[in-house]
Amino acid sequence: MHEAELIILGAGPAGMAAAARAAGFGLSVLLLDEQPRPGGQIWREVGRAGPLRGDLLGRDYTDGARHVDRLDHPGISHLGGASVWQVDPAGEVAFTRNGAAQVARGRRILLANGALERPMPLPGWTLPGVMTAGAAQILLKASGIVAERAVLVGAGPLIYLVAAQMVRAGTPPLALVETQTLGDVLRAARHLPRALAGMGYLLKGLGLLRELRRAGVARFTGATSIAIEGTGRAEAVTFTTGNGPQRIACDTVLLHHGVVPNTQASRSMDLPHEWDDAQRSFRPVVDAWGRSAEPCVFIAGDGAGIAGAKAATLTGQLSALAIAHDLGALPEADRDLAARPLRAKLALETAARPFLDRAYPPCAQALAPADETIICRCEEVTAGTIRHQAALGCLGPNQTKSFCRAGMGPCQGRYCGLTVTELLSACHGRPQQATGAYRIRAPLKPVTLGELANLAES
Amino acid sequence: MKPAFRDLAPDGPRVILRIDGHDMAMRDGANLAAEMLAAGIMPFRQTPVSGAPRGPFCMMGACFDCLVEIEGTTRQACLMEVTAGLDITLPKGRRDA
Ligand SMILES: Cc1cc2nc3c(=O)[nH]c(=O)nc-3n(C[C@H](O)[C@@H](O)[C@H](O)COP(=O)(O)OP(=O)(O)OC[C@H]3O[C@@H](n4cnc5c(N)ncnc54)[C@H](O)[C@@H]3O)c2cc1C
Ligand code: FES
Repeated sequence: MHEAELIILGAGPAGMAAAARAAGFGLSVLLLDEQPRPGGQIWREVGRAGPLRGDLLGRDYTDGARHVDRLDHPGISHLGGASVWQVDPAGEVAFTRNGAAQVARGRRILLANGALERPMPLPGWTLPGVMTAGAAQILLKASGIVAERAVLVGAGPLIYLVAAQMVRAGTPPLALVETQTLGDVLRAARHLPRALAGMGYLLKGLGLLRELRRAGVARFTGATSIAIEGTGRAEAVTFTTGNGPQRIACDTVLLHHGVVPNTQASRSMDLPHEWDDAQRSFRPVVDAWGRSAEPCVFIAGDGAGIAGAKAATLTGQLSALAIAHDLGALPEADRDLAARPLRAKLALETAARPFLDRAYPPCAQALAPADETIICRCEEVTAGTIRHQAALGCLGPNQTKSFCRAGMGPCQGRYCGLTVTELLSACHGRPQQATGAYRIRAPLKPVTLGELANLAES
Repeated sequence: MKPAFRDLAPDGPRVILRIDGHDMAMRDGANLAAEMLAAGIMPFRQTPVSGAPRGPFCMMGACFDCLVEIEGTTRQACLMEVTAGLDITLPKGRRDA
């Protein structure tokens, strides 16, 4: 049994910043992550890959190294390769590491488990050779391997970043097939005045686009009727633009239309969640310190609402301040004083969000997939089956789950949950909040009997 | 077929592991799914529902499409590191087949 005052789930920007801040107040911190080394999604493997490939990954990536360095503190113990499969709001966390189940007990828990890429069900998206854009970026960051003949499909700033990193690696993508339209960008323009405070992000985006243009990467916008063709593996992307039908032969298709909070752990505790219309996803309800409805459970970073890596380091620290105060290590006045500069920076960090959310809305075709499209990758359930269940009277995802198994596979609905909610909401003309989401139960990750046997013995 | 992925720095010490009974040399300590992709292995498995071929989709432990069998246990290749002597079987076919 491990013991710590604070147990943090996730060693990304939010978890690392919270750990360093909490340890600075003398708290003992246990930092758990299923990845072998700290960094999270944006700074994946920065300790090992930064020195090797820092040039092509960029400053925003190599910057992560200083956050990793701060974990070198006697109060922090970081366990990599620890897959958390149960979180109890009373302070117990169960995880598997090196094939053995273990339990940790803490006085406070911070969920810093980040985001997932929004599910993007398109015809052919289950074919081998189709991955998320984030997956391609992880391959490049952590392993130095890059897709040779790839097409990026979808919308959002991450697509430009991944494409630019591929260009710098000497392997530009064949094309960008983007789903946002000029109209989306124009409609987003009314959020520009506020976004100017977050000017840095907008300038970075323009810089990436310039890089892609110079490299001669083809860009198509306003793409509709997208499909991935292939027998046994992805062979081409087809789509329609204002200039008519298009087809691009390729080996790899990289999908992306935004990231959404990973709510598996927060849902497993039955914490309240709310639908965020601007980000078209659910997020757990937390207060200004990240405290959830369970007083000992905090949530920070993109897992509490998408705001990006820098914001994640700030919300992580805010939670650390509140936790230090809870546990008697920081007087209230000092907590509030220390929070002030963090909140000011947070306001700047989130200024560009409303503009970005509207300029790059999720791909409409993937929010309402055609009947034949598979929406649950694990159980291979189609959108048509969900619509049929809706016609029979199923109102919510937990009902369709028991009738057609969508959401019952090993990914536990991570890549179909939002789609099923959207489909049922559209069928019944009910808001997503009323339609609800899958009920999630531990184990969050499959645990074998062998792994549990170890727990029983210890 | 040519692998769909290029290795930017193919050097480094390699170790031998087995995939479906064939010996392969992969970089010690590297991400297993990444090394399999770089070696041109695709698909990784066939689904138990329809037997459809699949390969890694998320590379972050969320989708479970990179499942392989290692010494009797199903594991996510994208969450594993290459170590000498791993004996890997690629899952094949429907569960009722
Ligand atoms: C694939 C991907 C790539 C991205 N790339 C970029 C980028 O290049 N630039 C950018 O600005 N933003 C990027 N983002 C957005 C990203 O969300 C960042 O804003 C930032 O990483 C958020 O930080 P975080 O600390 O909230 O979460 P994360 O960085 O996502 O960290 C969460 C950590 O929790 C761990 N975790 C989750 N569940 C469990 C569990 N059950 N057991 C154990 N550990 C668990 C994960 O392994 C991960 O390390 C990316 C997002 C994704 C999904
Ligand atoms: S590729 Fe998604 S879990 Fe491994």
